Parts: sequence; structure tokens; C-alpha cells
Amino acid sequence: MLNRRTLLTAALLSASIAFAPSAFAQDKSIIVASTTSTQDSGLFEYLLPLFKTKTGITVKVISQGTGQALDTGRRGDADVVFVHAKSAEEKFLSEGFGVKRHPVMYNDFVLIGPKSDPAGIKGGKDVAKALVAIKDKNASFISRGDKSGTHAAELALWKASNVDVEKETGGWYKAIGQGMGAALNTAGSSNAYVLSDRGSWINFKNKGDLGILVEGDKRMFNQYGVTLVNPAKHANVKKDLGQSFIDYLISPEGQKAIGDYKINGEQLFYPNAEDTGA
Amino acid sequence: MTGDTSALQLVLTGDPGLYAIVWLSLLVSLSAVACAAVIGVPLGALIALTRFPGREAIIVVLNALMGLPPVVAGLAIYLLLSRSGPLGSWGLLFTPAAMIIAQTVLVTPIIAALTRQTVEDLWLEYRDELAALDVGPIGRIATLIWDARFSLVTALLAGFGRAAAEVGAIMVVGGNINNFTRTMTTSIALETSKGDLPLAIGLGIILIMIIVMINALAWTARRAGERYAG
Repeated sequence: MLNRRTLLTAALLSASIAFAPSAFAQDKSIIVASTTSTQDSGLFEYLLPLFKTKTGITVKVISQGTGQALDTGRRGDADVVFVHAKSAEEKFLSEGFGVKRHPVMYNDFVLIGPKSDPAGIKGGKDVAKALVAIKDKNASFISRGDKSGTHAAELALWKASNVDVEKETGGWYKAIGQGMGAALNTAGSSNAYVLSDRGSWINFKNKGDLGILVEGDKRMFNQYGVTLVNPAKHANVKKDLGQSFIDYLISPEGQKAIGDYKINGEQLFYPNAEDTGA
Repeated sequence: MTGDTSALQLVLTGDPGLYAIVWLSLLVSLSAVACAAVIGVPLGALIALTRFPGREAIIVVLNALMGLPPVVAGLAIYLLLSRSGPLGSWGLLFTPAAMIIAQTVLVTPIIAALTRQTVEDLWLEYRDELAALDVGPIGRIATLIWDARFSLVTALLAGFGRAAAEVGAIMVVGGNINNFTRTMTTSIALETSKGDLPLAIGLGIILIMIIVMINALAWTARRAGERYAG
């Protein structure tokens, strides 16, 4: 029979083991706040082991929407932010929370919908026209609604279509306030349209009746950038380790690795660190 | 855990990633229950045996806190442990320690409230005897906790169930970091978001089996204990 002393010892032992990894992971690890798309697309599971082998640095990724990831950086809870909403990133820099933003890679957004396609938008090249058709038909549309990069891109596209979705919330336009995968699951189970980044879509396993209906409009471009959190704002930021991660991502080697990441032969991200205006 | 695998395959092939996740889940939840028991059992017994102004209100609040939403507890601990928060210099955010703290906050009211009820019921039976033997307040609390120990196992199990099942708090304070703060429940949330529903439900079944096993162990220990205590 377990006596109280054994139980207490076991409790203390387990607590001390739980605390130990945090103590020793201090040495060579950084926290990167990133987007759900980089995680849901599987990019990090592929890229981070390569980086670790090269440098010995463990990258701990917190996967959030772009807005939340930047807030994590603002609070000083991450060393690096790796997101995709240029205007929000520039605001982050202008507030003094970031050191310098580096473009890393791009892919594009795709408009996903059910095969039945009630709005009749399949094969179109003009995303604004497609969105107007969805609204005119009162066809269901799922919005991320979570201040993520994809949400920001979606709102910009609605603006380009002259549709005020603020007014439409609750009817055919449903903001779910969740990540990309949850939005795709919801769209799949309710025959709705949804905007997704291509990487998350390709890696998504519950496609069901959903498919890409509109793609290739240049307004659906999706640029990713990486920024070191400003050590002048938060002294705990591991600037050297964080900078090595950024240097790797934009180095020829890191850029090649990103371009080499494929699922079923399909490339998910296109490196473009040399395009400094991106 | 990548590629087209099923949860069953992960178990059968002894996938190290899966075992690490199961281990972390148990470590975090059991540690939280241990910490919560150290705080909650004496606290519950103390409230059961003492009379002071505002006691009824405290009991109501304690009972209500059994329903504390995990995401709220998580957010409160997040703000406390964030680098911009009062305890930011400890550097605990996004570590297993932060997860234990958050779950301790969730589990302590459950253990304290159930202990209070158990001990108070027992007190009615023991009152005259303890008064006759002239046992002091600390002695009373110790005696009642000891004699209620088998019933208190249920309180601990209720606390463990709460800890093992929740995802809201540990997602916020742990960050679901691969190989570091990823547990069974946060993995299930992640696989669901990747659309891998078969893997997600498979992991869910494994989690339920583990919880059943822990309860079976506790039940066996309790039965054995009762026999020895005779």
C-alpha cells in the first residue's frame, strides 16, 4: 500500500522533473511566434530539424494568428515573429517592438468552396467578382474573424469588392474566430466558401467536398516576413540566437530548403528574401 | 507524428513522439493534482471545521469556482507570467511549469470544495467523541482528514479528471510547442485543425483509456487500503 510519504515523494519528484526541462532548455532555444498557416502547412516540422542540425538551436514555435503573434512579441513573450500581414508588421516596427523586417517567402491565397458551387464562381480569375457573386447569392462564407494574416487579406479583398461585411455578419457571412484548419472544417461541414492560404489547404486532410474555385488573381498574393523582437524593449529577448534563425531563413541554404518543401510533389512556399521590397 | 499514420499505428510501433506527449500530459496533470491536494485538502478541512463571518459566502464562491472556465484561468496565469506581467522575470511562460500552475488553479477549488463537504459530514459523526477527548483544532483537522482519506480519493480523481480533460488553460500558457509543451489534449486540438480527424479521434480514445486506467489504479489502491485499515 502506498503511504503518504511515498505519495509526497512521487509528487515532489514529478514536479521537479517538470521544472527541469524549462531550466535546461534555457541554453540554446528561442521562442518564435508564428501563424497557424506555417504550422498547419507542415513547414516547421520540416524546416526546424534542418536548422537545429546546423546550429544546435531549438526553435519553440507558438502557432497563433498574425495579430496574436505580434501581440505575443509586443509583450516580450517571443524572440522572433514570423507572420504574414505586411501592414500589421510595419505597425509593429513603427511602434518600436521590432528591429527589422525581412521578407522570407510567399505563396498565395485560394478561394475554396463546395463542388456544388451555389454562387457559380468556379474557374474565375477575378476574386472580387467571385466575392460579389457569393454575396448576391447569399451563399455561406466562413471568415476566420481572428485578426490573423488570412483574415486581414480576406477583409482587404472584400473591400476591393465594395462589400461591407461588417453589416453582413450573422447571415450568410459567418466569422468563427478560429484558425485556418477550423475554418476549413467548418466550411466543409456547412457547404460554405472560405479563403485559405495555399499551404494550409494542400496539407489539410479533411477536404471532403471542398475544392479550389478561384486562384491566380494577383491580389491574392501572400507574403511572409520575419522580425526580431526589439531587445531594447524587452531585455530578455535572445537576440543572437533569434538573429541566427532569421539569418538562416534568408540565407541561400534556408531559402533553398523552403523552396524544396513539397507535399505530393506540390511546392507550398516560394522563397523571395532577395526581393527586399516584398 | 507526421504523415498518414493512425493513432493505432503510433501505439503499436511505440512512436516516441506519442509516448513523450502522453508522459507530459500525465506529468502536468498529476503534478497539478498533487499541488492542488497540498493546498486544497487542508483548506477544505479548515473551512469545514471553523466558524467565522463570511464563511457561507466563501463556501458559495469555492463551489462556484469548481466551474472556473479553463481559458479564463489560463489567461489570468498568462498575464501573470508574461514578460510584461508581474512575474515575467521568472521566465515560466510557455513551459510545463506554467501549465502545472494553471491546472493547479483549476483543480484546487474542486479538491477544496469536495474536501469541505466530506469533512463536514464526518465532523457531525465525530464531534462528540473529539470533544470528549479534548482534541485541539489541528488534531481535529488531521484526524478527520485521515479518517476521510478513502472518500477524499474521489475528490482527487475529480480533480485529475478536470486537469487531464482540459485544453483551454494549457493551450494559452503552454503554447502547444512541439516536443516541449504539447500534451494529449493540445495535440487533439492541433490534429483537428489540420483536418486529420481520424488521428485526432484516435488520440482521444488513447486519452480516455489512460484516464480509465488511472481511475482503476486509484480504485484498486483504495480497496486495498480499506481492507488493510479494516
